[in-house]
Amino acid sequence: MIREILWWIFAAEAVLGALGMVLSRNPVGSLLSLVVTFFGLAAIYVLLGAFFISAIQVIVYAGAIMVLFLFVIMLLNLGHDYHADLRRGVWLVLGGLASGLIGFVLYRAVRTPSLELPSGLTSPLDELVQRQGAVGVIAAPLFRDFSVAFEVTSVLLLVAAIGAVVLAKRRV
Amino acid sequence: MLTLSLVLAAILFAIGVLGVVIRRNAIILFMCVELMLNAANLAFIALSRAVGIEGQVFVFFVISVAAAEAAVGLAIIISIFRHIETVDIKNFNLLRW
Amino acid sequence: MTFEPTLVWAIVLLPLLGFVVNGVVALAAPERKIVPTIVGPAVIAISFAIALVNFFGMLRTGPETAVIVPGYTWIPSGSLQVEASLQLDQLSMLMTLIITGVGFLIHLYSVGYMHADKGYARYFAYINLFVFFMLLLVLGSSFPLMFVGWEGVGLCSYLLIGFWYTGKVNADAGKKAFIVNRIGDFGFIVAMLMIFANTGSLSFQSVFAAAPSAFTYGGAVVTAITLFLFLGATGKSAQIPLYVWLPDAMAGPTPVSALIHAATMVTAGVYMVARTGVLFALAPVSMIVVAGIGALTALFAATIGLAQYDIKKVLAYSTVSQLGYMFVGVGVGAYSAGIFHLMTHAFFKALLFLGSGAVIHAMHEALHHTHRDWDAQDMRNMGGLRRYLPITFVTMWVGTLAIAGVWPFAGFFSKDEIIWQVAARAVGPFRGWFTLYWVMALVAALLTAFYMTRLMIMTFHGKSRLPDEERHHLHEVPWVMYVPLVLLAVLSVLGGWINVPAAIGRMPVLGWVPHAEWLHHWLEPVTAAAERIQAANLPALSETAPFGGGEALWALVSFAIAVATIVIASAVISRVEYRPALESAAPAGFRRVLFRKWYVDEIYDALVVRPVIRASRWLWRWIDQGLIDGVLVNGAARLSRMVGWFGSRLQTGQINTYAFAVVLGVIFLFLFVFPRLF
Repeated sequence: MIREILWWIFAAEAVLGALGMVLSRNPVGSLLSLVVTFFGLAAIYVLLGAFFISAIQVIVYAGAIMVLFLFVIMLLNLGHDYHADLRRGVWLVLGGLASGLIGFVLYRAVRTPSLELPSGLTSPLDELVQRQGAVGVIAAPLFRDFSVAFEVTSVLLLVAAIGAVVLAKRRV
Repeated sequence: MLTLSLVLAAILFAIGVLGVVIRRNAIILFMCVELMLNAANLAFIALSRAVGIEGQVFVFFVISVAAAEAAVGLAIIISIFRHIETVDIKNFNLLRW
Repeated sequence: MTFEPTLVWAIVLLPLLGFVVNGVVALAAPERKIVPTIVGPAVIAISFAIALVNFFGMLRTGPETAVIVPGYTWIPSGSLQVEASLQLDQLSMLMTLIITGVGFLIHLYSVGYMHADKGYARYFAYINLFVFFMLLLVLGSSFPLMFVGWEGVGLCSYLLIGFWYTGKVNADAGKKAFIVNRIGDFGFIVAMLMIFANTGSLSFQSVFAAAPSAFTYGGAVVTAITLFLFLGATGKSAQIPLYVWLPDAMAGPTPVSALIHAATMVTAGVYMVARTGVLFALAPVSMIVVAGIGALTALFAATIGLAQYDIKKVLAYSTVSQLGYMFVGVGVGAYSAGIFHLMTHAFFKALLFLGSGAVIHAMHEALHHTHRDWDAQDMRNMGGLRRYLPITFVTMWVGTLAIAGVWPFAGFFSKDEIIWQVAARAVGPFRGWFTLYWVMALVAALLTAFYMTRLMIMTFHGKSRLPDEERHHLHEVPWVMYVPLVLLAVLSVLGGWINVPAAIGRMPVLGWVPHAEWLHHWLEPVTAAAERIQAANLPALSETAPFGGGEALWALVSFAIAVATIVIASAVISRVEYRPALESAAPAGFRRVLFRKWYVDEIYDALVVRPVIRASRWLWRWIDQGLIDGVLVNGAARLSRMVGWFGSRLQTGQINTYAFAVVLGVIFLFLFVFPRLF
């Protein structure tokens, strides 16, 4: 019961944060709203039993990536002297239409399940977590079944790092 | 709660779409993309409870790719900013007729 | 004993080889004259020799059916199987002998006539190619193959008429010939398609075998086919209404006029009617039309010939007129008579043309010495040439007597045969028409004698109208030119004796000959089928002419007419005081109408050429420039530019727009992949 209440609270926090991000005029405000959303999501991950991902969400996403965004905002000096960049009129309508349609489609997709979802709070995953621990449960498939993808991801990150340096440097 | 999480993912994704369509600040556009990625992540995690642990592994990869994307994307924004002194995409209109 | 053909393909292909060799010379070293001098006439001579071998073989064995010399399958297309094979029978044999024999003499003559021309090798290349196509035309075993030859000779005719292409008149004459021939070719093609549609074949043997059962006698289909075929013949053989190109075709070198526009190509239509005699025999209406057009042309062209001053123009109209006779012959169903006249005409008209060529050659050289700007072809500038060109003079008189129909020259027998056949066949449904044609043919014969005598008197007799300076430069032509003249003169005398009509053969002095009607019997295997159809559907031939009198009597009458006309014409023309062309007044009165050729060219110009040009201009302005260029071509471009403009407005360069489009795309994808969701 308490988990469900908590879920609602964090879901509301995530949605509000998301709306705040989209609607805030100040980029820094947007960014902080997004961090709020991420924290809400991290909490929902915990409620869904994904402890490790929850930690990653907070540490990598909210911590590292968002700090990178914030850093760029500060670097480009966008924190003040910003001007309204929200599109109005037709674009607002179109944006609402687009997001509404997407939301509707996704909602219908959720509401027309093609597989049996466990309705209760229990899941076979929870037992696994109990046995192997939150990290072990994800580490086993990651380094066994997805080891190639994992290594490729490391190369991707390397390439991205080099690319970022090349792009951002004034003279190579 | 599972189904509700999926619905929440749909709502967040829709909000991300809304942001992408109506905002003009390049960095905020990026953040909206991140939000959509997170909505997908949420769906993955919710479904991993029913289908298996692989959903969480996918989220792991998504986060890595998001990090890479953020690094490169922000670098691009910086280099664009050096040229035109703004991140408002209404000025990024070289890709026009 | 069966007939074994010998190297028939070689007859056809040797001139092609000559064309290739001479063509290479013409392209690589146009100033070299040795190779064309040897190769050009030699290939024709060898072809002629092979043809002679086959001829004697055929004479010895007398095959009753045509020999097919297989080649390869040219068009294997479903039920349409066209073999590229040659058909050797008595008719094509005779034509081959005429083409290669007369052709060889004319090649020989050309060596002398063209020796100073810059396009010597080119000339021999073209004329060899012409002989190749002409042989293909007569030897081809099917309509398509005949058509290839038919088109090929048209092409060569065009090339040779416009041989001196730097003169606009010559180039225009070539184009005129080509375009007028196109009209006829259209008829040929339509006829060919109709034949295929109705008999399911295009080879002569199977078409003629199927024709009596496939067509009803006098039916609309066979009448249409034959009329379309005849349209083709009127184009190629210069009959009314498509004869207008032939007089202009005299712009080409004179040996070309002799070979192509007198002896061989223009007779292709006659050959074709004779070849398809089975079809024409089935269509009495077409027979009336063919013979009628022939008679009308014979008379009409003869009247124009009366008033021309250009020596080659006279001969050209004479050719048109004589071709008319041939069509009368084949039109009334007397195929052997038509072919007989074709043969004798090839001899004496080639002779006359080559003789006129010799005259022009001499005149041209004389005028060239003093650079006097006189027309070397205008008879008013000639006169008294007999002293300077004695051999030409004698041989041309032989040709004149032959064409006028004086015994014992070839034309007497052949022309008389046609005139008599018209009279004899004026029975049953044809009685009225053929009687009319018979009278027309007789009148035309009279006119022929008159204009030919006029030509001879004006050219060779009387006082020379050339100034003294030029007169010293007049010389007889070299031997390569007069030897063909002499040989053709001999043929013009003897050629008629191979088909002496039986009625004349029985007469004492006039027609002693061992084989009366030899040619008629020779061609019988070819004409038998058509004759059978005629015999089955028409009453027997009449023994007397429409106004009484038998064959022998009328032969004597036409002989008398010819002689009398020549005598009277000589007397009349000799008395006329001609003056050189530049000093003469333009002809007046009715003579002017004749001189201007009944204004046919002007009428065609007003009725056909100008409207076509106007229509073309209209089509060009509105359909081509307006509709096709404006609406279709530029319109398509303008439309795509317009669409592109609208499309480019969508390219705002704004990422939001693109994102929105992506979202819409995703939604549509969902719509297609998961239609259940909506």
